[in-house]
Amino acid sequence: MTETTRQQRRALALGVVLSLLTTVLLLLGASVGSTGLESLRQLGSDALAWQIVWEIRLPRTLGAWLAGALLGLAGAIAQGLFRNPLADPYLLGSASGAALGVALALVLLGAGAAAPAVAPWLLQLGLTGAAFVGAVAAVLLTLTLARGVQHTLRLLLAGVVVGVVLGALGSLTMQLAPEVMQTLQAFILGSTGFVGWSACALMAAVLLPCLVVAWAYSHVLDGLSLGEATAASLGLPVAAMRAALVVVLALATATAVAQTGLIGFVGLAAPHLVRAVSKTTHGRLILLSSLMGGVLLMAADTLARGLLAPQELPVGVLTAVLGGGYLLWLMHRQGQRGRWS
Amino acid sequence: MRHLCAVLGGLLLWASQAQAIQITDDRGVQVTLARPPQRIVSLFPSLTETVCQLGQCQRLVGVDRYSNFPARVRSLPQVGGGLDPSIEAIVALRPDLVLMATSSRGAAQLQALGIPVAALQPRSHADVRHMLERVGRLLDVPPETGARRVWRDIEAGLAAASQAVPPELKGLRIYFEVNSGPYGASEASFIGETLRRLGLRNVVPGALGPYPKLNPEFVVRADPDFIMLGDSRYADMVRRPGWGGLRAIRAQRVCAFAPQQSDVLVRAGPRLAEGAQLMVQCLLAKGRQP
Repeated sequence: MTETTRQQRRALALGVVLSLLTTVLLLLGASVGSTGLESLRQLGSDALAWQIVWEIRLPRTLGAWLAGALLGLAGAIAQGLFRNPLADPYLLGSASGAALGVALALVLLGAGAAAPAVAPWLLQLGLTGAAFVGAVAAVLLTLTLARGVQHTLRLLLAGVVVGVVLGALGSLTMQLAPEVMQTLQAFILGSTGFVGWSACALMAAVLLPCLVVAWAYSHVLDGLSLGEATAASLGLPVAAMRAALVVVLALATATAVAQTGLIGFVGLAAPHLVRAVSKTTHGRLILLSSLMGGVLLMAADTLARGLLAPQELPVGVLTAVLGGGYLLWLMHRQGQRGRWS
Repeated sequence: MRHLCAVLGGLLLWASQAQAIQITDDRGVQVTLARPPQRIVSLFPSLTETVCQLGQCQRLVGVDRYSNFPARVRSLPQVGGGLDPSIEAIVALRPDLVLMATSSRGAAQLQALGIPVAALQPRSHADVRHMLERVGRLLDVPPETGARRVWRDIEAGLAAASQAVPPELKGLRIYFEVNSGPYGASEASFIGETLRRLGLRNVVPGALGPYPKLNPEFVVRADPDFIMLGDSRYADMVRRPGWGGLRAIRAQRVCAFAPQQSDVLVRAGPRLAEGAQLMVQCLLAKGRQP
């Protein structure tokens, strides 16, 4: 009982720390621009600077947090659902689906100059829309091949197969139309450069219900961690809840990917980072992973545009370096204490 | 008699060596050809264009899949791309010279099979001239009718393009976006050199490297007079957060180049003056509006 209370305290403390970090990073992110760090007060007199802060910096900083939160949430669900610590949000094929969607849209838009009939609706859909459609279509394909969500292993395998096949088709597209290569590469490395207020609103509108559903169904993940048979014997409607969680996983991932590209490692690392601090129930893990993912991506984004300003580093590279480095350090430290064998 | 034979043989050997063609390519490798090549495979679009501009298109027997100019090279056998050439397909064409970029692959295998390889990859106007001269020498085209003539035409084209820019448009600040990273073409790039030649200014400084990935707010702060898009796929830049207020976008001084035009603009090759003329056409079409 005391151990449970202690873990609960740690979870609460982590939540508070992450919320504080979010606030600090939001302020910091709003102050880092194409000329490096500039304090907000300094900008007071400059109308253009304020416009830049309000229309570009704030939404992209907040957008980075939201995308990170969606990925952290999706990662926590994926790891719980598949009972696999290596599971990440892209497990159901959404990453390669999104990349293929973007590649095809780019090729069609390029051809669109010659065949104007294609261009208008595709322009309307945009690369963001194409990525979203691609990600969702890939997950649907995975679900069809796995004949539903009932069998974890079948779902996992179908996801891997769909990921590999769609990835290969994406590479083929890139090979045949080399002019899309650089744009696709940028998409694969991820960027928050063009996230505006509307994108933020969209991500927030997806994040909230996803969090609520995931939190409400989180006890099924707790049950699943004891094994599928045990979970069913506890009287949990495993099938229905799992379907709901897969929908949340797919929707959260697709939304984040569409807005910011394939940012790697956030979804994988966030739940681990939370668990390293506090071993808690899936309900808290999901909320904390969201916060952790948001903080991780927001920090990475701020660094990505601050380090080489006015140039930008691909944010996905930094999330891997930051998250991976921190995770390794945690493992090293806790390995020494003997908790993480 | 035997002495005479030896002297004659020696003379013949000397003569053939004198005829041997030699250049140093961009890898720093000495390329030596015993006689002018008659069956050439080109794995790089601007090298394909160069061979044809030198009037030697008929000597090409194969090209990479991205070579699309002039139109007649499209009917030639394609041997893959620069990064994934099919060695087998190249060897089957029995070439006596393969031209490729330094970034292309397969040079070692081809050389091991006894096929001479020259790797040339221009990155500036001066490089283009140097490439023309070396390809001219390899193909044994007299400079006066070959490389020098082509370069004179390029120079004349650049001068004409520069003169066609009316004084009120000189000194305009341009943002040339190669790609929606956004990647910009800086002063240090080949495109930046053309802009400078036209008397235009570039908002992306050369210190950032030729094609830096920029923070979008850098462009908003720079507020260029004119935007050129190397790729018409990104014509929806108005929708980018904060970009709607840009001077160039409000005045609709944005040119989006179609793929064929883009090929001319981004390839550092013999059509560089044509690229400059495309930029001028864009300036004249959009710049005269109030």
